[in-house]
Amino acid sequence: MGIVRALLVVLGLIFLAYVGTGILGLESIFGVVFPYTAFVIFVVGFIYKVIKWGRSPVPYRIPTTAGQHYSSLWFKQNKIDNPSTGWGVALRMFFEVFTFRSLFRNTKAEFLKGRLYIGSSKWLWFGAIAFHYSFLIIFLRHMRFFTPETPWLISGIESIDSFLQIHILGSPLFYITNLVIVGALLYLLGRRVFDAKLRYISLPSDYFPLFLILGIVITGILMRYFFKVDVTKVKELTLSLTFLKPTVPEGIGSLFYIHFFLISVLFAYFPFSKLMHMAGVFLSPTRNLANNNRMKRHVNPWEYPVKHRHYEEYEDEFRDKMKKAGIPVEKE
Amino acid sequence: MYDGWKIIIGLLVFVGFVTLPFTLSIGKDYIKVDPKIDTPEIQKLPSAERKCVESKEFMRKEHMKMLIDWRDAVVREGKTLYVNSEGKSFNMSLQNTCMQCHSNKSKFCDECHNYLAVKPYCWDCHLEPKEDKKEARR
Repeated sequence: MGIVRALLVVLGLIFLAYVGTGILGLESIFGVVFPYTAFVIFVVGFIYKVIKWGRSPVPYRIPTTAGQHYSSLWFKQNKIDNPSTGWGVALRMFFEVFTFRSLFRNTKAEFLKGRLYIGSSKWLWFGAIAFHYSFLIIFLRHMRFFTPETPWLISGIESIDSFLQIHILGSPLFYITNLVIVGALLYLLGRRVFDAKLRYISLPSDYFPLFLILGIVITGILMRYFFKVDVTKVKELTLSLTFLKPTVPEGIGSLFYIHFFLISVLFAYFPFSKLMHMAGVFLSPTRNLANNNRMKRHVNPWEYPVKHRHYEEYEDEFRDKMKKAGIPVEKE
Repeated sequence: MYDGWKIIIGLLVFVGFVTLPFTLSIGKDYIKVDPKIDTPEIQKLPSAERKCVESKEFMRKEHMKMLIDWRDAVVREGKTLYVNSEGKSFNMSLQNTCMQCHSNKSKFCDECHNYLAVKPYCWDCHLEPKEDKKEARR
């Protein structure tokens, strides 16, 4: 069972960070060495992967044509779903990256009372967009720990996220994204668990990122609303990392190091996993190519060098024989 | 590489973005917070009574929750007395209880709040205490 294995790995990581910092006192390893290593692996691995993908030749245009292509004037072209110019591609990519347009067209086939029904299914799109945007906002919000003077944009995002001023839990300001990301993650996990078809095709590498991010989110929520940590000390640590002068203040507590370690694992795991769709979406030939197959000439670089022989050469060789046989020739 | 320059530009944007925490730190001071509790009001107290409403560790982690609970108790429920863990009673009031001793808002409150980009909305309703700027800088 992939789900059990993935869950065990994440629980093992949590246990490791707990033992490492709570019992063995290896705060400098979990607070400095692992984060730096993970960051380097993330950046170098990311670049390596993108360069590797970029080197594969894409000689022909293979976009999915999800609308009317550029044709005669009286056919209205669908410029977003079947672009023929670079600008059209830019627009298509914009909607792909920011609104998950392909996922929005998701359909689902299901047998209901012995009949097959096919219909639009927006739940996955909704869950995905809720998850990705709350993750983005949470990621950006955390930049307040990594910048000496928090940029106004980051503070602005934070005040929008907390503008409801709900204080049901142990903090005067409740972040909307905290609720949204937990809900979205549970949905994304639940659809793999409860849908038999999806469960069948799900691998440990599908469950692992979900559990890992869920672990990060839960430890973060615990630190904000339930078992508080001293945030000034946390920022002292994180800021010292960005200043390349690592110092580990005492008494931050294991909960923070578990959170930090899981994030380090996420960063280090990123380039080798399905999470690389972050870069992959930009390098998808079915999305990022203009459908100009017949407007421009596209040459395949590894095409087999065909030996051509023109008719003129053929006629030159066989002219006499052709004349004798009474076959008409072009040149006398 | 097909469209190589586009991929390279994309990668440069990526690297520029993820290294922002490091590049934004260049040339900035590595700040360490130093909140002050040396107001005249606190120094007047005999050292045995120099205690906050609750313990220092508790206040450090939970003051935000305490203040918002106080607000609800006073403004919404009309209760004004807070009994702490030692059984001592306090008037639940930011301006008359907290700021009585901690009159140095800029060195006591803002020091850490600014550091962590926390914007408490206390001062949306409450009047900010007028501080002697010379004293605040101390």
